[in-house]
Amino acid sequence: MRWKTNAFAWLLLLPSLVFLFLFTFYPIAKTIRLSLYQADLATPVPTFAGVDNYVRMLGDEVFAKVMVNNALFALGVVPTSIGLALLMAIFANKAIRGTSFMRTAFFYPTLIPMIAVANIWLFIYTPKYGLLDRAMQSLNVGEINWLGSPDYVMWAMIFMMIWKEAGYLMIFYLAGMQNIPPDLYESAQMDGVSSWTIFRKITFPLLMPTTLFVSIIALTNAFKLVDHLFVMTKGGPNNASSLLLYYIYETAFSFWDQGMASALTLVMIVVLLLFAALNFFGLDKKIHYH
Amino acid sequence: MKLRNWNIGFWLLIALGAIWFVPFVWMLVTAFRPKQEALSASFSFNFTLDNFATVWSGAPFAQYFVNTVVIVVGILAVQILTVTMAAFAFARLDFAWKNIVFLLFLAQIMIPADVLIFPNYNVLSELSLLDTKLGIMIPYFASAFGIFLLRQMFMTIPPELDEAARVEGYSRWRILWKIYFPLARPAYIAFGLVSVSYHWNNFLWPLIVTNSVENRPLTVGLAIFAQSFETGAQWTEVSAATLIVVAPLMLGFLFFQRQFMNGFIHSGIK
Repeated sequence: MRWKTNAFAWLLLLPSLVFLFLFTFYPIAKTIRLSLYQADLATPVPTFAGVDNYVRMLGDEVFAKVMVNNALFALGVVPTSIGLALLMAIFANKAIRGTSFMRTAFFYPTLIPMIAVANIWLFIYTPKYGLLDRAMQSLNVGEINWLGSPDYVMWAMIFMMIWKEAGYLMIFYLAGMQNIPPDLYESAQMDGVSSWTIFRKITFPLLMPTTLFVSIIALTNAFKLVDHLFVMTKGGPNNASSLLLYYIYETAFSFWDQGMASALTLVMIVVLLLFAALNFFGLDKKIHYH
Repeated sequence: MKLRNWNIGFWLLIALGAIWFVPFVWMLVTAFRPKQEALSASFSFNFTLDNFATVWSGAPFAQYFVNTVVIVVGILAVQILTVTMAAFAFARLDFAWKNIVFLLFLAQIMIPADVLIFPNYNVLSELSLLDTKLGIMIPYFASAFGIFLLRQMFMTIPPELDEAARVEGYSRWRILWKIYFPLARPAYIAFGLVSVSYHWNNFLWPLIVTNSVENRPLTVGLAIFAQSFETGAQWTEVSAATLIVVAPLMLGFLFFQRQFMNGFIHSGIK
């Protein structure tokens, strides 16, 4: 009976395990191996090179630039989207008119593909004809080439990403608020506590697990989503908007430097594992699987 | 005073909501504008469907549309099979190394296939699946997110049902598909909406894998179409093409808002 249960369980798991190994574990193992080889257009047969790729990476200005960009991008997007998401949820949670409008307005960008978002915002940021420039012209403030200037391009990306992501994070706060016992609010109101104090002493602390959880989603997304770069800037001008995953794409499929692309992929994996570690040490397990 | 403050905040957020709609409305209006007038500063009430006609005949969007539907449906169909089976094992069976296998699946959530573009391209090339629809689909056939979501749902089904069915002579395989599968419908809807939205919108992986019109999905087709113009002269057509790509999910969201939001709440574990 015991062996029968075991066999049945493993048969049920088999299809999932096959694909899991083929497209998660096997490629990771391959990445680790290939990152220790020189494998590019000049060396058709990969030759062992030790940590050469990593040494070269540390001296690579573009790599440094891309990592700094990605950190700035995350710093610009994550706290603001989370703050906005919390604010949206607090108001969208009330049972009054206008809240369903808010929920729709904030959530719909979640369902628009990044590549379409890029097309739409390209036409907002574009000089002369774009919506932003037209608005600035009518106010008689000078025009700015948002995507063409190394100083502004990151701001343009950050703003767009906040628009795309805040509503998605909002729904986790909406779900989190369902778990706060309503009698806490009732007794606070009975005691005449101000709404700011209620937020500070009840809502915010009780939503802390949601905030941690949402931070990790937003952080991961800041490293995962690069589709917009293909349409908007190609990482330019002068790599000012390039991000790690986009650089991996360029290294692998434009420069065909396979050893370096593998080393860069490993950096990405380590970054994601660090975020996951934050999750494990900062979070209660029961929130993870509610 | 307290109420006044709250009211101001409320109206500010309504205004923010209106601002949130601006990009979409801007695209929507541009898609229906005659080409010359879209770029002029003055506004008129001329609208046209010409842009859609140009897009539809100028690029193989009909083919892209079919490709995307095949890919999205194919992925979901296989996922439902694999996910249901694995979730049942985790929810109801006590077997050797259960916890270790569970952790293996957790790795997929921590390191999603999206970032393994280069190594997975090599795996696909070893399998000779480059530039095929199956190649686009296959890395997503196992879904840890789906397994965890379904496992959660299956665990809420009372085990007494199993015993009753066992007495009736049902095998465990039949119990899974005749009892658990239909009872977990809400979880399948949530999972299905997230999976469909995700793969309808996926771009980077299909971009790398595909090389032909026969296999290219909408997102990649849209990027190629948008990039075939360098100047701003084709904005109306690019807007029309963008609208074609986003319209199905937007319409779905319009009619099933609650289901979409509920589904995406679960997507947090992804």
